[in-house]
Amino acid sequence: MSATKTTEAAAPAEGAAGPAHQQASVYGYSAAGPGLADRRRPRRERRWWPIVGGALIPLGVLGLWWAATEFTDIPSYRLPSPADVVNAAGELASSGQLWRDIAISSQRVLQGFAFGSLIGIVIGSLIGLSRTASILLSPTIGALRAVPSLAWVPLLVLYVGIFEPSKVILITIGAAFPVLTTLSIALRHVDPHLVELGRAYGLGRLSLLTTVQLPAVIPALVSGLRLALAQSWLFLVAAELLASSMGLGFLLMDSGNNGRVDRIFLAIIVLAVLGKTTDALIGVLERWLLKRWG
Amino acid sequence: MTVAEAPVVPALPVRISGVGRRFPTPDGGDRVVLRDIDLGIRAGEIVALLGASGCGKSTLLRLISGLDRADAGELAIGDSPVAVVDQRCAVAFQEPRLLPWRTIARNVELGLPRGTDKAAGRARVAELLRLVQLDHAANLRPRQISGGMAQRASLARALARNPRVLLLDEPFGALDALTRLTMQDLLLDIHAAEPTTIVLVTHDVDEALQLADRIVLLGSDDTAPGATIRRVLEVGKKRPRDRGDAQLAILRAELLSLLGVESHHPEDYITKAIKAQRAKRAGA
Ligand SMILES: Nc1ncnc2c1ncn2[C@@H]1O[C@H](COP(=O)(O)OP(=O)(O)OP(=O)(O)O)[C@@H](O)[C@H]1O
Ligand SMILES: [Mg+2]
Repeated sequence: MSATKTTEAAAPAEGAAGPAHQQASVYGYSAAGPGLADRRRPRRERRWWPIVGGALIPLGVLGLWWAATEFTDIPSYRLPSPADVVNAAGELASSGQLWRDIAISSQRVLQGFAFGSLIGIVIGSLIGLSRTASILLSPTIGALRAVPSLAWVPLLVLYVGIFEPSKVILITIGAAFPVLTTLSIALRHVDPHLVELGRAYGLGRLSLLTTVQLPAVIPALVSGLRLALAQSWLFLVAAELLASSMGLGFLLMDSGNNGRVDRIFLAIIVLAVLGKTTDALIGVLERWLLKRWG
Repeated sequence: MTVAEAPVVPALPVRISGVGRRFPTPDGGDRVVLRDIDLGIRAGEIVALLGASGCGKSTLLRLISGLDRADAGELAIGDSPVAVVDQRCAVAFQEPRLLPWRTIARNVELGLPRGTDKAAGRARVAELLRLVQLDHAANLRPRQISGGMAQRASLARALARNPRVLLLDEPFGALDALTRLTMQDLLLDIHAAEPTTIVLVTHDVDEALQLADRIVLLGSDDTAPGATIRRVLEVGKKRPRDRGDAQLAILRAELLSLLGVESHHPEDYITKAIKAQRAKRAGA
């Protein structure tokens, strides 16, 4: 009980970037865990600190940006002011293009990420759990992983066309590998003592997986999903930059061609916010998984 | 102190005949760990395995439980050979092996036989936790409890299984002297209530004398590589036993000398002590 409480209190302080720390505080693998927590306690008790602390740097950057546009003579076609970017946002929002781009890009990312992580979990579990599967699949998968994923683009465009499926497939490819790799490695390194314990207490293959192996790899699985999500946004922009007529990547490319630096800034900021938001969702998923198995 | 809610299952005998186990060495050879083990364990008997570190006690337990296969000989529980991971056994491993993400209560729950009714299972877990004095720790995680507490949780998990053969690998090794005595008494109480067959590995001669019907000494006898049974001692005293009993003291001296412990002392130190005790008993 108290363990869960500690974790929940620690989570906002450590932010989305701290799966390793959360793992330490939940499972207690790290001898340094409790000690670190104790030293941080005075700070953690102020509830506003995690939010304000995390906002300090973005606000500082915003201030510098504003100062640079206000007090220097860099022309606004090179460095737009924050107000310019807000105006650009208003303009695009009222025409509906901004919402359409956000919606279509998010949809592509979420679809590709969902397919990719599902494939990654299935193949990663197979490779991590079965020696035969590993012997059969590992070399092929290693070779496929070695192909820089953008190399698939011309082939995908040729075979699937430039429409939705080719983009979602590209993102799927990008998302599958991080999950697959982290999960299969983590499964292979689950404490053999615990696996033997599970067998001794009558767990079959499937219940061994759900009782011992998957809970043991939740931290690795979550960091795999985090990587996959970041990878998904990366591939989204790559796909949209290359061939599309909608989406944030298209907005970037189109604005570049038209010299609309303000819109480029806007697209980058929107991507940052969307990326961070979806990453936070993974944090929620992680807490749910830990509670489910905790 | 009886253990409620546990369906009574008859204990089963264990038969070990001509069993050997060897492990491959890194240089491609073979290293014999166990050889020619012959031992019949009666149903409901408590047998203590004693022997030097690394002589193969844990290996023998793993063979009985079917977690490992013998290279030679046969093992049987009751009328049928030991199956691969035999579910008639429950093992408390040398390490506690608790699942770090589960509470202690949920770890003990893992031991319940499949298909145990939810409410009955919860009651049984609570009962076992009380017996091993961990009721206050039911909702803690393994990392929040001490090594000795973890060991007791592991014991409770094995007991939850309600097995026909209970295999305990140094179950009380990490306990302080007092808790150790309490847990030994607890084990005997449980055994009296449900006389299951128990094979217990220990390094503690007194523990073996206190608990076991027979003490099996494993070790190598220099005729061939690998450990085998060097001696089987019948304790032959009714439990509960007086820890200061003179007959036990004689067995104790014999065991210690077999284990080579007395070599620090002149030979007649032990003999003298035994003679003194015998004389005292004769006089009394
Ligand atoms: N899977 C294995 N592979 C290779 N060697 C092994 C394996 N399991 C056990 N051994 C070897 O068998 C020997 C006996 O090991 P075992 O764990 O049974 O000893 P033990 O009597 O329980 O010792 P201790 O009292 O220290 O626990 C050791 O020398 C060990 O190296
Ligand atoms: Mg051992």
